[in-house]
Amino acid sequence: MSNRLMNWFRFASPHTFYPLAGRLIPVFWALAAVFGAAGLWLGFFVAPTDATQGEGYRIIFIHVPTSWMSMFIYLVMAGWAAMGLSLNARLSSMMAQALAPTGALMAFLSLWTGAFWGKPMWGTWWVWDARLTSELILFFLYLGFMALQASIDDPRRADKAGAIVALVGVVNVPIIYFSVKWWNTLHQGASVAIGKSPSMAVTMLWGMLLMALCLWMYSIAVALRRVRAIILEREAHTDWVKQLSEVRV
Amino acid sequence: MNWNSAGEFFAMGGYALYVWGSFGVCALAFLVEPILIASRHKQIVRTLRRQVAAEKLEMETK
Repeated sequence: MSNRLMNWFRFASPHTFYPLAGRLIPVFWALAAVFGAAGLWLGFFVAPTDATQGEGYRIIFIHVPTSWMSMFIYLVMAGWAAMGLSLNARLSSMMAQALAPTGALMAFLSLWTGAFWGKPMWGTWWVWDARLTSELILFFLYLGFMALQASIDDPRRADKAGAIVALVGVVNVPIIYFSVKWWNTLHQGASVAIGKSPSMAVTMLWGMLLMALCLWMYSIAVALRRVRAIILEREAHTDWVKQLSEVRV
Repeated sequence: MNWNSAGEFFAMGGYALYVWGSFGVCALAFLVEPILIASRHKQIVRTLRRQVAAEKLEMETK
Protein backbone atom coordinates (compact mmCIF):
# COMPACT_ATOMS: atom_id res chain seq x y z
CA MET A 1 0.00 0.00 0.00
CA SER A 2 2.64 2.47 1.01
CA ASN A 3 4.58 1.43 -2.04
CA ARG A 4 1.68 2.18 -4.33
CA LEU A 5 1.13 5.58 -2.72
CA MET A 6 4.78 6.37 -3.22
CA ASN A 7 4.49 5.60 -6.91
CA TRP A 8 1.59 7.99 -7.32
CA PHE A 9 3.27 10.80 -5.49
CA ARG A 10 6.36 10.30 -7.58
CA PHE A 11 4.47 11.78 -10.54
CA ALA A 12 3.24 14.74 -8.49
CA SER A 13 6.47 16.60 -9.16
CA PRO A 14 6.95 18.48 -12.42
CA HIS A 15 10.31 16.78 -12.86
CA THR A 16 8.85 13.28 -13.12
CA PHE A 17 5.58 14.30 -14.71
CA TYR A 18 7.16 16.08 -17.67
CA PRO A 19 8.50 12.93 -19.39
CA LEU A 20 5.42 10.90 -18.39
CA ALA A 21 3.12 13.45 -20.03
CA GLY A 22 5.30 13.32 -23.14
CA ARG A 23 4.81 9.56 -23.38
CA LEU A 24 1.05 9.73 -22.75
CA ILE A 25 0.22 12.41 -25.34
CA PRO A 26 0.38 10.14 -28.45
CA VAL A 27 -1.96 7.64 -26.77
CA PHE A 28 -4.61 10.32 -26.26
CA TRP A 29 -4.17 11.66 -29.81
CA ALA A 30 -4.75 8.16 -31.16
CA LEU A 31 -7.85 7.64 -29.00
CA ALA A 32 -9.23 11.04 -30.06
CA ALA A 33 -8.73 10.15 -33.73
CA VAL A 34 -10.44 6.77 -33.38
CA PHE A 35 -13.42 8.09 -31.40
CA GLY A 36 -13.70 11.12 -33.69
CA ALA A 37 -13.74 9.05 -36.88
CA ALA A 38 -16.33 6.68 -35.44
CA GLY A 39 -18.46 9.52 -34.08
CA LEU A 40 -18.43 11.50 -37.34
CA TRP A 41 -19.23 8.41 -39.36
CA LEU A 42 -22.20 7.57 -37.12
CA GLY A 43 -23.32 11.19 -36.99
CA PHE A 44 -23.21 11.85 -40.71
CA PHE A 45 -23.76 8.48 -42.37
CA VAL A 46 -25.67 6.24 -40.00
CA ALA A 47 -27.90 8.45 -37.85
CA PRO A 48 -31.21 9.01 -39.62
CA THR A 49 -32.62 12.37 -40.71
CA ASP A 50 -34.59 14.06 -37.94
CA ALA A 51 -38.35 14.18 -38.45
CA THR A 52 -38.76 17.85 -37.55
CA GLN A 53 -35.31 19.42 -38.04
CA GLY A 54 -34.18 17.58 -41.17
CA GLU A 55 -30.40 17.47 -41.58
CA GLY A 56 -29.95 20.64 -39.51
CA TYR A 57 -30.10 18.64 -36.29
CA ARG A 58 -26.68 17.09 -37.08
CA ILE A 59 -25.13 20.08 -35.33
CA ILE A 60 -26.03 18.15 -32.16
CA PHE A 61 -23.00 15.88 -32.71
CA ILE A 62 -20.64 18.78 -32.08
CA HIS A 63 -22.82 21.12 -30.02
CA VAL A 64 -23.62 18.74 -27.17
CA PRO A 65 -20.05 17.37 -26.81
CA THR A 66 -18.50 20.87 -26.73
CA SER A 67 -21.11 21.96 -24.18
CA TRP A 68 -20.49 18.94 -21.98
CA MET A 69 -16.74 19.43 -22.19
CA SER A 70 -17.00 23.13 -21.34
CA MET A 71 -18.72 22.23 -18.07
CA PHE A 72 -16.67 19.12 -17.34
CA ILE A 73 -13.32 20.83 -17.96
CA TYR A 74 -14.38 23.63 -15.62
CA LEU A 75 -15.04 21.12 -12.82
CA VAL A 76 -11.72 19.36 -13.43
CA MET A 77 -9.91 22.70 -13.58
CA ALA A 78 -11.49 23.84 -10.32
CA GLY A 79 -10.59 20.47 -8.77
CA TRP A 80 -6.91 20.86 -9.72
CA ALA A 81 -6.96 24.48 -8.56
CA ALA A 82 -8.42 23.41 -5.20
CA MET A 83 -5.77 20.75 -4.85
CA GLY A 84 -3.08 23.29 -5.65
CA LEU A 85 -4.53 25.62 -3.06
CA SER A 86 -4.97 23.10 -0.24
CA LEU A 87 -1.90 20.91 -0.77
CA ASN A 88 0.30 23.71 -2.07
CA ALA A 89 1.16 21.47 -5.01
CA ARG A 90 2.72 23.31 -7.93
CA LEU A 91 1.85 20.73 -10.55
CA SER A 92 -1.86 20.80 -9.64
CA SER A 93 -1.98 24.55 -10.21
CA MET A 94 -0.14 24.12 -13.48
CA MET A 95 -2.76 21.56 -14.57
CA ALA A 96 -5.54 24.04 -13.79
CA GLN A 97 -3.70 26.68 -15.79
CA ALA A 98 -3.24 24.27 -18.70
CA LEU A 99 -6.94 23.36 -18.81
CA ALA A 100 -8.36 26.89 -18.81
CA PRO A 101 -7.74 27.85 -22.48
CA THR A 102 -9.14 24.53 -23.72
CA GLY A 103 -12.19 24.95 -21.50
CA ALA A 104 -12.67 28.48 -22.79
CA LEU A 105 -12.42 27.18 -26.35
CA MET A 106 -15.08 24.53 -25.63
CA ALA A 107 -17.39 27.14 -24.11
CA PHE A 108 -16.88 29.39 -27.13
CA LEU A 109 -17.56 26.54 -29.56
CA SER A 110 -20.64 25.55 -27.59
CA LEU A 111 -21.98 29.10 -27.98
CA TRP A 112 -20.91 29.27 -31.62
CA THR A 113 -22.48 25.98 -32.67
CA GLY A 114 -25.53 26.87 -30.57
CA ALA A 115 -25.92 30.11 -32.50
CA PHE A 116 -25.61 28.23 -35.79
CA TRP A 117 -28.28 25.84 -34.59
CA GLY A 118 -30.52 28.52 -33.13
CA LYS A 119 -30.63 30.58 -36.31
CA PRO A 120 -32.38 28.01 -38.54
CA MET A 121 -34.50 26.44 -35.77
CA TRP A 122 -35.51 29.39 -33.58
CA GLY A 123 -34.93 32.16 -36.11
CA THR A 124 -32.32 33.93 -34.00
CA TRP A 125 -28.58 33.62 -33.37
CA TRP A 126 -28.94 34.57 -29.74
CA VAL A 127 -31.54 35.03 -27.00
CA TRP A 128 -30.99 35.97 -23.36
CA ASP A 129 -32.28 32.61 -22.31
CA ALA A 130 -31.17 31.06 -18.99
CA ARG A 131 -29.20 28.26 -20.63
CA LEU A 132 -27.42 30.50 -23.15
CA THR A 133 -26.70 33.24 -20.63
CA SER A 134 -25.26 30.87 -18.03
CA GLU A 135 -23.03 29.27 -20.69
CA LEU A 136 -21.83 32.76 -21.67
CA ILE A 137 -21.02 33.40 -18.00
CA LEU A 138 -18.99 30.17 -17.99
CA PHE A 139 -17.01 31.47 -20.97
CA PHE A 140 -16.34 34.73 -19.10
CA LEU A 141 -15.32 32.78 -15.97
CA TYR A 142 -12.64 31.00 -17.99
CA LEU A 143 -11.45 34.30 -19.44
CA GLY A 144 -11.48 35.89 -15.98
CA PHE A 145 -9.44 33.03 -14.53
CA MET A 146 -6.87 33.35 -17.32
CA ALA A 147 -6.72 37.15 -17.18
CA LEU A 148 -6.30 37.18 -13.41
CA GLN A 149 -3.48 34.62 -13.52
CA ALA A 150 -1.76 36.52 -16.30
CA SER A 151 -1.96 39.80 -14.39
CA ILE A 152 -0.13 38.58 -11.27
CA ASP A 153 3.63 38.32 -11.67
CA ASP A 154 4.35 35.90 -8.82
CA PRO A 155 3.17 32.52 -10.17
CA ARG A 156 2.35 31.04 -6.75
CA ARG A 157 0.21 34.04 -5.84
CA ALA A 158 -1.41 33.88 -9.28
CA ASP A 159 -2.24 30.21 -8.61
CA LYS A 160 -3.94 31.07 -5.33
CA ALA A 161 -5.96 33.98 -6.68
CA GLY A 162 -6.98 31.96 -9.73
CA ALA A 163 -8.01 29.00 -7.57
CA ILE A 164 -10.40 31.16 -5.55
CA VAL A 165 -12.04 32.51 -8.70
CA ALA A 166 -12.28 29.00 -10.15
CA LEU A 167 -13.88 27.65 -6.97
CA VAL A 168 -16.41 30.45 -6.65
CA GLY A 169 -17.33 29.96 -10.32
CA VAL A 170 -18.17 26.28 -9.78
CA VAL A 171 -21.64 27.36 -8.61
CA ASN A 172 -22.38 28.29 -12.23
CA VAL A 173 -22.01 24.73 -13.55
CA PRO A 174 -25.14 23.25 -11.91
CA ILE A 175 -26.96 26.44 -12.90
CA ILE A 176 -26.14 25.76 -16.56
CA TYR A 177 -27.00 22.10 -16.26
CA PHE A 178 -30.37 22.56 -14.56
CA SER A 179 -31.29 25.86 -16.24
CA VAL A 180 -33.58 24.11 -18.70
CA LYS A 181 -35.46 22.59 -15.77
CA TRP A 182 -35.56 25.56 -13.41
CA TRP A 183 -36.63 28.16 -15.92
CA ASN A 184 -38.84 28.23 -18.96
CA THR A 185 -36.24 28.36 -21.69
CA LEU A 186 -36.27 28.45 -25.45
CA HIS A 187 -33.44 25.92 -25.27
CA GLN A 188 -34.73 22.36 -25.30
CA GLY A 189 -34.45 20.09 -22.27
CA ALA A 190 -31.63 17.62 -21.70
CA SER A 191 -31.22 15.14 -24.54
CA VAL A 192 -29.64 12.61 -22.23
CA ALA A 193 -30.27 12.48 -18.49
CA ILE A 194 -29.52 10.03 -15.74
CA GLY A 195 -32.52 7.91 -14.81
CA LYS A 196 -34.39 8.69 -18.00
CA SER A 197 -34.31 6.71 -21.20
CA PRO A 198 -32.88 8.92 -23.94
CA SER A 199 -35.42 10.58 -26.18
CA MET A 200 -33.56 9.85 -29.39
CA ALA A 201 -32.51 7.09 -31.76
CA VAL A 202 -29.76 4.81 -30.48
CA THR A 203 -27.42 5.70 -33.36
CA MET A 204 -27.83 9.42 -32.60
CA LEU A 205 -27.01 8.78 -28.96
CA TRP A 206 -23.91 6.76 -29.84
CA GLY A 207 -22.74 9.37 -32.31
CA MET A 208 -23.00 11.99 -29.60
CA LEU A 209 -21.25 9.87 -26.98
CA LEU A 210 -18.40 8.98 -29.34
CA MET A 211 -17.91 12.64 -30.26
CA ALA A 212 -17.89 13.51 -26.56
CA LEU A 213 -15.24 10.83 -25.95
CA CYS A 214 -13.23 12.22 -28.87
CA LEU A 215 -13.27 15.73 -27.40
CA TRP A 216 -12.45 14.32 -23.97
CA MET A 217 -9.34 12.59 -25.31
CA TYR A 218 -8.47 15.68 -27.38
CA SER A 219 -8.72 17.86 -24.28
CA ILE A 220 -6.44 15.56 -22.29
CA ALA A 221 -3.86 15.48 -25.10
CA VAL A 222 -3.92 19.26 -25.52
CA ALA A 223 -3.84 19.95 -21.78
CA LEU A 224 -0.86 17.63 -21.34
CA ARG A 225 0.99 19.38 -24.15
CA ARG A 226 0.23 22.75 -22.65
CA VAL A 227 1.23 21.68 -19.15
CA ARG A 228 4.60 20.55 -20.53
CA ALA A 229 5.21 24.04 -21.90
CA ILE A 230 4.07 25.58 -18.61
CA ILE A 231 6.38 23.27 -16.63
CA LEU A 232 9.37 24.41 -18.69
CA GLU A 233 8.39 28.05 -18.35
CA ARG A 234 7.97 27.89 -14.61
CA GLU A 235 10.84 25.52 -13.81
CA ALA A 236 13.29 27.26 -16.12
CA HIS A 237 15.65 27.96 -13.22
CA THR A 238 15.99 24.32 -12.15
CA ASP A 239 18.83 21.96 -12.99
CA TRP A 240 16.65 19.14 -14.27
CA VAL A 241 15.22 21.38 -16.99
CA LYS A 242 18.71 22.33 -18.08
CA GLN A 243 19.65 18.63 -18.24
CA LEU A 244 16.78 17.77 -20.62
CA SER A 245 17.95 16.35 -23.93
CA GLU A 246 15.90 18.89 -25.93
CA VAL A 247 17.49 21.77 -24.03
CA ARG A 248 21.11 20.64 -23.78
CA VAL A 249 23.37 21.96 -26.52
CA MET B 1 -26.96 5.47 -46.06
CA ASN B 2 -28.56 8.92 -45.95
CA TRP B 3 -26.99 10.41 -49.07
CA ASN B 4 -27.30 9.58 -52.75
CA SER B 5 -24.45 11.82 -53.88
CA ALA B 6 -21.63 13.95 -52.56
CA GLY B 7 -23.54 17.07 -53.59
CA GLU B 8 -26.48 16.01 -51.47
CA PHE B 9 -24.15 15.39 -48.56
CA PHE B 10 -22.62 18.87 -48.77
CA ALA B 11 -26.03 20.49 -49.22
CA MET B 12 -27.16 19.00 -45.86
CA GLY B 13 -30.79 19.26 -46.84
CA GLY B 14 -30.56 23.05 -47.13
CA TYR B 15 -28.77 23.48 -43.81
CA ALA B 16 -25.26 23.57 -45.31
CA LEU B 17 -24.35 27.00 -43.89
CA TYR B 18 -25.37 26.02 -40.37
CA VAL B 19 -24.02 22.48 -40.27
CA TRP B 20 -20.69 23.28 -41.98
CA GLY B 21 -20.46 26.60 -40.17
CA SER B 22 -20.55 24.67 -36.91
CA PHE B 23 -18.32 21.74 -37.83
CA GLY B 24 -15.93 23.89 -39.86
CA VAL B 25 -15.17 26.34 -37.08
CA CYS B 26 -14.75 23.49 -34.57
CA ALA B 27 -12.37 21.65 -36.92
CA LEU B 28 -10.37 24.84 -37.42
CA ALA B 29 -10.19 25.43 -33.66
CA PHE B 30 -9.01 21.87 -33.00
CA LEU B 31 -6.32 22.29 -35.65
CA VAL B 32 -5.09 25.69 -34.52
CA GLU B 33 -4.95 25.03 -30.77
CA PRO B 34 -2.28 22.28 -30.96
CA ILE B 35 -0.24 24.43 -33.38
CA LEU B 36 -0.29 27.35 -30.94
CA ILE B 37 0.77 25.08 -28.09
CA ALA B 38 3.57 23.56 -30.16
CA SER B 39 4.94 27.01 -30.92
CA ARG B 40 4.71 27.95 -27.23
CA HIS B 41 6.70 24.83 -26.34
CA LYS B 42 9.25 25.51 -29.06
CA GLN B 43 9.70 29.06 -27.86
CA ILE B 44 10.46 28.12 -24.24
CA VAL B 45 12.84 25.37 -25.40
CA ARG B 46 14.66 27.93 -27.58
CA THR B 47 14.96 30.34 -24.65
CA LEU B 48 16.27 27.59 -22.38
CA ARG B 49 18.81 26.49 -24.99
CA ARG B 50 20.11 30.02 -25.27
CA GLN B 51 20.39 30.21 -21.48
CA VAL B 52 22.27 26.93 -21.23
CA ALA B 53 24.61 27.96 -24.05
CA ALA B 54 25.29 31.29 -22.36
CA GLU B 55 26.09 29.58 -19.06
CA LYS B 56 28.41 27.18 -20.79
CA LEU B 57 30.23 30.01 -22.48
CA GLU B 58 30.58 31.80 -19.17
CA MET B 59 32.10 28.69 -17.59
CA GLU B 60 34.59 28.27 -20.43
CA THR B 61 35.77 31.87 -20.46
CA LYS B 62 36.32 31.91 -16.70
